[in-house]
Amino acid sequence: MTILLFTLLVWLVSVVVGFLGSVTGLGGGTLIVPVLTLVFGVNIHYAMGASLVSVIATSSGAAAAYLREGYTNLRLAMLLQVATTVGALVGLLLVTRVSTGLIGIIFGVVLLYSAYLSGRPQVEVAATGPPDRWSEKFKLNGSYPNSGGLQPYEAQRVPLGFSVMFGAGILSSLLGIGSGALKVLGMDRVMKIPFKVSTTTSNFMIGVTAAAGAGAYLKLGYIEPVLTMPVMLGVLIGSTFGAKVLVRAETRILRIIFAILIALTGIEMIYNAVKGRI
Amino acid sequence: MQEDDKATDNRQEFIVGTLLRAGVIIAAIVVLVGGVMYLAQHGGEPASYRQFHDAPSDLTSVSGVVKDAVSLKSEGVVQLGLLLLILTPIARVVFSAVSFAIKGDRLYVVITLIVLAVLLFSLIAAK
Repeated sequence: MTILLFTLLVWLVSVVVGFLGSVTGLGGGTLIVPVLTLVFGVNIHYAMGASLVSVIATSSGAAAAYLREGYTNLRLAMLLQVATTVGALVGLLLVTRVSTGLIGIIFGVVLLYSAYLSGRPQVEVAATGPPDRWSEKFKLNGSYPNSGGLQPYEAQRVPLGFSVMFGAGILSSLLGIGSGALKVLGMDRVMKIPFKVSTTTSNFMIGVTAAAGAGAYLKLGYIEPVLTMPVMLGVLIGSTFGAKVLVRAETRILRIIFAILIALTGIEMIYNAVKGRI
Repeated sequence: MQEDDKATDNRQEFIVGTLLRAGVIIAAIVVLVGGVMYLAQHGGEPASYRQFHDAPSDLTSVSGVVKDAVSLKSEGVVQLGLLLLILTPIARVVFSAVSFAIKGDRLYVVITLIVLAVLLFSLIAAK
């Protein structure tokens, strides 16, 4: 295959993956690495580099829209980013020492877990009980626009949420993903932050976490410019378009299909890693 | 007071959002220009990304990327665009530090500077 044809095909697939990830809210970045390695036969380190850069594109690209809505909790994002960026540095220490096969297996497990999470129904949990003392200390309370005006909320179980973010940071630079699903889980389920605040705040955090890994990825030679170009441009276009459709579309069926796709990809990833093909 | 804060927040958010979008668009254009240059020169060659090989050292350091991009080497131009993109979240953290400073929130100025230090460490020192 010529470089021109390869680039066009990778671009096309990246548009689709970026679109699906954005519409379903599951984040397309997670699928970039498996698609590049399993379908296009790309070296996993190059695939991780292209993926991590694309995560930044979707994060910064969507920032304008999300900031306008007024959901993002800047203090919460910044405090948790201490955990995600330091976690990303730990992930960088691991990524050069771990075999590509093991990266493939961990990747597969993360895909299976993401599929499981997205298969569960989304419940809006109201925060009850006394606020965490860390929440008061770090002023993590906030309010977000709701149908009945501004709805206040408090953060709970801050130390546990902080630990989850540390893990999300490690996975981000170990696998070249944004680990947005885990970040949302940490805020929404663990810290009892409203779902919309969790998703928009997570969007800020995945970009910053990915940037912490991407600088070192560049120096490790993981960012291959000619390969990354179509991936970054494709995901950017796909996810921007997806964010516009998101408001109107009925996404439940699409989410289920996408979750099944992610689960199958996870199995495929583990199978290939065990067989020594990654 | 609360109302004023909210209005300032909204204006800041609008400015930051617009700047970030501009950053992403500029980065994407630079990447596209470099990519078209590369494909015009090498598009007909066989694609092979199966094996990891050490990239030309210029493409793995900030100064090298800038040097190659200035001399209009196509891969250097693409890499410069990608580097600009990597800088957008870092810029957002800098904006946040300014925003906390304006509000007189010293605790969060410090926290933001810690995050910034980790980011710069990765970009400049870590490997």
